[in-house]
Amino acid sequence: MSQEHNMRRVTAIRNGTVIDHIPAGQAMRVLEMLGLQSSTTVPVSMVMNVPSKKKGTKDIIKVEDRELTQNELNRLALVAPEAHVAIIRAYSVAQKLTIDLGEEVKNVVRCTFSNCITANPREPLPHRLKIYKTDPLQLRCHYCGRPQDLVDVIHNLL
Amino acid sequence: MSGLITMDDLTNDEILSILDDAERLLPVARGEAYLPLLQGKILGNLFFEPSTRTRMSFETAMKRLGGDVVNLGDVKTSSVVKGETLYDTIQMVDGYTDIIAMRHPRQGAAQYAQDSAEVPVLNGGDGAGHHPTQTMLDLFTIRQAHGRLEGLKVVLAGDLRYGRTVHSLSHALTRFGCELIFASPDVLRMPGEIVEDLSSHGATIVETNDLLGSIDTADVVYMTRIQKERFADEDEYTKVAGAYKLHASNLDGVKESMIIMHPLPRVDEIHPSVDSTRHARYFEQAFNGVVARMALLCRLLEIEVPGGEA
Repeated sequence: MSQEHNMRRVTAIRNGTVIDHIPAGQAMRVLEMLGLQSSTTVPVSMVMNVPSKKKGTKDIIKVEDRELTQNELNRLALVAPEAHVAIIRAYSVAQKLTIDLGEEVKNVVRCTFSNCITANPREPLPHRLKIYKTDPLQLRCHYCGRPQDLVDVIHNLL
Repeated sequence: MSGLITMDDLTNDEILSILDDAERLLPVARGEAYLPLLQGKILGNLFFEPSTRTRMSFETAMKRLGGDVVNLGDVKTSSVVKGETLYDTIQMVDGYTDIIAMRHPRQGAAQYAQDSAEVPVLNGGDGAGHHPTQTMLDLFTIRQAHGRLEGLKVVLAGDLRYGRTVHSLSHALTRFGCELIFASPDVLRMPGEIVEDLSSHGATIVETNDLLGSIDTADVVYMTRIQKERFADEDEYTKVAGAYKLHASNLDGVKESMIIMHPLPRVDEIHPSVDSTRHARYFEQAFNGVVARMALLCRLLEIEVPGGEA
């Protein structure tokens, strides 16, 4: 099945963001990380486990009337570091965004450890988690070193 | 280097070179010579939780080298109790001092302080995290006894879960190719992420509940205090902690050169009968805190200790 066929599973969007090449089965997590599950009012379409040349299967999300910010991209990188993100304007790709997980995420997620110095909300320095491993994802707090996995990350997004 | 937050801030060569400096500073630490290398420098001693040895040895180290010390004082009467953030406290002390030594109940506080400060920060213990200056004095004591750090068999016993001294020390010993035996009750085992890290760095680790069965082939037995409050009830504590005590009568089969260490304070995990054996090193170890911290203060303040190789 072709790429075009995948895209036609849901209708083309006029304006918004298409997130392609999400690892199969992770689309719900991406929605959760981007806060698109409950609080959004814009139309969101999702296809899961569709064929992919590179990975066998993949998920795709289309968000209408909303362009992802760099901060949202940083969150997305934690679940889908190889995803392709395109900003759509008037049915055309206006911009392709690249995701770079980098070595650290800053002010994206807070440390889970209740005795970490950053647990005091009045401390002003940024929350910093270093990428320790990617498969499976493990982050470690820059300050206290406590390891955190994807589930921790999802529950402690800023 | 900016500060010393974890042992990862030092290479093996730096560790050995600081231990060499410490060796040369021994007469100064003993008060047999006066060497005012740090004259005009001020150490900020910020102890947000109780400390006897670490605070006093930092203060002694600074004064033996001609420097001066300002103390945070009792946290209960400082601005911390008014709700001042660590960031603000550090901003203030950063302006007053040339170097900071800090202990804080929250993990990660030392790194946070270093990120907030211009002057170097020495981590004197952050929650259950790291205690690298203790590790330096531990390594000094081990090298003093065995003439080397490489390839020793070291038993770490007692509270390995919350004991920050054993966390930093086990990382350092792994880097010198030591074989590690972790002897602890199940509830106080070394945290999984630390065992994972050590293993990924090629450590040889045995985890056991049997302290006395592990000491006969050891070069170093490093004891720590098991705290009652870690257990659900006192009966459980009494039952478990009893297996992590050393008495002179337990030492019949050990190597002659084996040394027993303890970061102190001890409660009853080392019986006083051990004190007069050839193996007891914990009081020398406490003294070595001064000399190791002298060497670290000089290194972080970029003051050369005379007598080293050019």
